[in-house]
Amino acid sequence: MTPKTVPYLFILPAITFFLIFTVYPVISSLLLSFQKKVGSSYEFAGLENYIRLFQDELFYKALGNTFLILIVQVPIQLFLAVVIAVALNSKMVKAKAFFRVAFFMPAITALVAASIIFMIMLDQNYGLINYLLSLVGIDAIPWLSDPFWAKVSLMAVITWRWTGYNMVIFLAGLQNIPLSLYEAAEMDGASKIRQFFHITIPQLKPIFLFTFVLSTIGTLQLFDEPYTLTSGGPNNATLTITLYLYQNGFRYFDFGYASAIAYVLVLIIGVLSWIQMKMAGEDE
Amino acid sequence: MGKPTTLQKIGLYTFLIIGVIVSIFPFYWMFVGATNPSGEIFSVPPNFLPGTHLIENFQNLNESVGIIRVMFNSLFITLTFTAISTLVCTAAGYAFAKFRFKGRKQIFFMLLVAIMIPYHVTLIPLFEIFAKVDWLNTYQAVILPQVAFPFAIFLMRQNMQAIPDSLLEAGRVDGAGEFYIFFKVILPVMRPALAAVAIFLFMFQWNNFIWPLVVLQSEEMYTLPVALSSLIGMSRIDYGQVMMGTTLSTLPIMIFFLLLQKQFISGILGGSVKE
Repeated sequence: MTPKTVPYLFILPAITFFLIFTVYPVISSLLLSFQKKVGSSYEFAGLENYIRLFQDELFYKALGNTFLILIVQVPIQLFLAVVIAVALNSKMVKAKAFFRVAFFMPAITALVAASIIFMIMLDQNYGLINYLLSLVGIDAIPWLSDPFWAKVSLMAVITWRWTGYNMVIFLAGLQNIPLSLYEAAEMDGASKIRQFFHITIPQLKPIFLFTFVLSTIGTLQLFDEPYTLTSGGPNNATLTITLYLYQNGFRYFDFGYASAIAYVLVLIIGVLSWIQMKMAGEDE
Repeated sequence: MGKPTTLQKIGLYTFLIIGVIVSIFPFYWMFVGATNPSGEIFSVPPNFLPGTHLIENFQNLNESVGIIRVMFNSLFITLTFTAISTLVCTAAGYAFAKFRFKGRKQIFFMLLVAIMIPYHVTLIPLFEIFAKVDWLNTYQAVILPQVAFPFAIFLMRQNMQAIPDSLLEAGRVDGAGEFYIFFKVILPVMRPALAAVAIFLFMFQWNNFIWPLVVLQSEEMYTLPVALSSLIGMSRIDYGQVMMGTTLSTLPIMIFFLLLQKQFISGILGGSVKE
């Protein structure tokens, strides 16, 4: 063993696994997206899968649903997370550790388990949530069986699961803001609300960007919750890109078409990440 | 601004307490459900008190999905994965942080790109690979694909950079071999980072769903999330059983979390926020 070979020995296991289980599948998937099944073997089909994809209404629906969640849910979740983080960071609050742990709790549960609990609570006829609403005179809402409410339910479950997670990231970010900034603002007589918008929010900008990128990537890959909660229904109102990929791949076993969906997803994530990095770069 | 008024305090605490109730209540509801007969979960008015059906629900659940076996599967897969992956990723992180070698930058860049690539792209080719070697429906098929976890390698590299080179040099001067230095000098000082990465990997695999769903085909190989999703696919859902199942999948990780919450949170944040 010479000093030159040492580092290679240390990365060898990781690289071997990475080549077999990531690099090879990523390339193979790309090739597969240009093929179609004829009988029991695959044949080169050019852009056929992609052309079909761009004419597939269901794919547009999945794309639209996913982006709707991205545009509506991610900002709500990040706003809630930052408000809770600021509240928890306040000098007034005692028992900070308790609150932090309690808010973070949803982030440790399996998405499948969380979705099942909500499925039970959101039952239209006997669910707890509709019972509570009936106490204040609101009629039963078809949470999971109406296309509009199913989207709302899905977003609510995602918000429940991830707000605490983002809150912890914001909390760490808040602790890095120099106190002197607030002291100076206090001297100038700035109100707490003004301080929040003029000091806290701008200082948290990198954290916002970070959580936004994470949430975007997470949302584009949304699978466990719609699969469990609504199976993509009703009437495909909660169909997401990865759920559609799964259905084509492992329900219809149309591997070529599913791979084309996967590559469109890669492309979208690539473009969005590039835009977000550009935005971050321009700030620095 | 002077001292906070009582009203402000009340407002702040009300907000936080409502938030805590929303965060925690579903767990309580789940525990209560696991101890009550199926029908009780939908009773009007709702029953918020624990019942006496804990053991019965467990037995029923074991009859429908063999929950003891399923829990063993989850635990075995998760622990094996965590052990192998932590070691593999730590070794790679060490090489990236502490050695200069040809191709280092390129390989590392490739790993960073891999963090961005959705896991779902690899599902179909992975399925084909495991079908070809006749490993569908096996433990190794669940364990192997994510062992080289790019994010874990990245985290270990970040942490390893803090180790002074003099520590390595001292070992070499004393004539210690490179593996001796790694296992006996580096790993012990890296314990907090190792714990954080191991927790992160443990949680990933314990909750992992889509890949096990694809690759596991028989009930006796199911992991907890897959078994749970099969339960709600049944024509008549027994909610007492289902709540028991979600409790069993959540409780271990919850206890683990409460015991190790500091490392847990740092493991999940993964050094994302610079200190």
